[in-house]
Amino acid sequence: MRSDPSEYEFVIAASLREAVQLLSEQPKAWMPIAGGTDVMVQLAWGALRADRLLSIWNLPELRAIEVLGEEIRIGAGSTYTDVRRHQIIAREFPLLSLAASWTGGIANQNRGTLGGNIVNASPAADSLPALLAYEAELILASAEGERRVAYLDFHKDYKKMELGPAELIRAICLKPRFRKYVSYARKVGARSAQAIAKVSIAALGRVEKDKVAEARIALGSVAPIPIRLRETERVLVGSRLDAQTMARARKMAVAESRPIDDIRSTARYRAAVVENLVAEFLETLAAAQSDE
Amino acid sequence: MSTYRGAKREISFTVNGERRTVRAYPIERLLDVLRQQLSLTGTKEGCGEGECGACSVLIDNELVDSCLVPVAQVEGASVVTIEGLAADTRFHALRDTFLECGGAQCGICTPGMILAAIDLLNRKPIPTMEDIREGLSGNLCRCTGYVQILEAVAEAARRTVIR
Repeated sequence: MRSDPSEYEFVIAASLREAVQLLSEQPKAWMPIAGGTDVMVQLAWGALRADRLLSIWNLPELRAIEVLGEEIRIGAGSTYTDVRRHQIIAREFPLLSLAASWTGGIANQNRGTLGGNIVNASPAADSLPALLAYEAELILASAEGERRVAYLDFHKDYKKMELGPAELIRAICLKPRFRKYVSYARKVGARSAQAIAKVSIAALGRVEKDKVAEARIALGSVAPIPIRLRETERVLVGSRLDAQTMARARKMAVAESRPIDDIRSTARYRAAVVENLVAEFLETLAAAQSDE
Repeated sequence: MSTYRGAKREISFTVNGERRTVRAYPIERLLDVLRQQLSLTGTKEGCGEGECGACSVLIDNELVDSCLVPVAQVEGASVVTIEGLAADTRFHALRDTFLECGGAQCGICTPGMILAAIDLLNRKPIPTMEDIREGLSGNLCRCTGYVQILEAVAEAARRTVIR
């Protein structure tokens, strides 16, 4: 049943400072809300586990996308549309740009934020495999100041994350050094827009002197959190991309993922898709190598 | 910073070019305020969870699902609903082509489709079929099978560009 709007407190923060101040005075009391694409859905379902909402939508401190020294810093309140429209992100981080373009439809992209996608912590979140592949860093803000954490260490288990009750994600930082990498991404779902992924992949690879110099493979919807396939990457690095290596990598990818049966798909189908996506990534990588 | 619980408050914003002030709980959906308080019933409710696009409106010229917007977040903003498009020549072209192409059947999705089409034409006055598919991808229709709607938007774009 839909929630009763009279039962909610709702405060609009005038600044990031004001927002983190309130969170530090009353930790755990407030749920931040940005564009509402997740929180308002929970409200519609009567499943919102908070009755005090702190609006951080459109705070300028959270919406800037800046190039600072060696990195690009994407404010956590940047929308998918902001991400898609940014030329540097499109050029340097195509996996992220692509993920933003296949999240929801245009209306969701205008309201959903990158920070919201991270804290909502869905195993199927569209942007997270790309952040794993690029090894993003997060800047977390609180009234005490800021700290940086590697995104690889941020999600611990289903909806469990390295974020204190008085902290907000301030920005997502990426280092632009992947132009020479082969990028590969796909979202497998019932429909390209407005569908939640059955399996998604974001992968980067680089071949040097006939051998894989680096491989990063991240998957969504196959475990309680988005995951990197570390063992599969180890199989690949230092090897030639021959039939034998590819077969070993495909097998390892299936062994490393932990898909389940749910409303959207089955574990068996997901495992088959994982194998095929990893195969397609490796074929893409091999083809790019032979082009050189 | 103001806090409120269990209390309505005044929220002012522009709707279809007119300044309006409503009294509402801050977390009430923009959709409900438009339909119930402002009697703008052209905006439809479909899924109520941001999947179908029937409740599409423009906020500050961006397409959004009004079922996901707490009304307090539109304080000071400019909202355009289907009723606000009457003076837009592209709206007239879309109305004609939706009729000619069979793009409207039961009609529930139509206002949202038109809003999404207007938003697309704002961004891309000469859209490709791929652009149209993407621009309308957040709007579901259970009657037409979409082909007629896509064709209606393509034809409306042709007519408005020639003009």
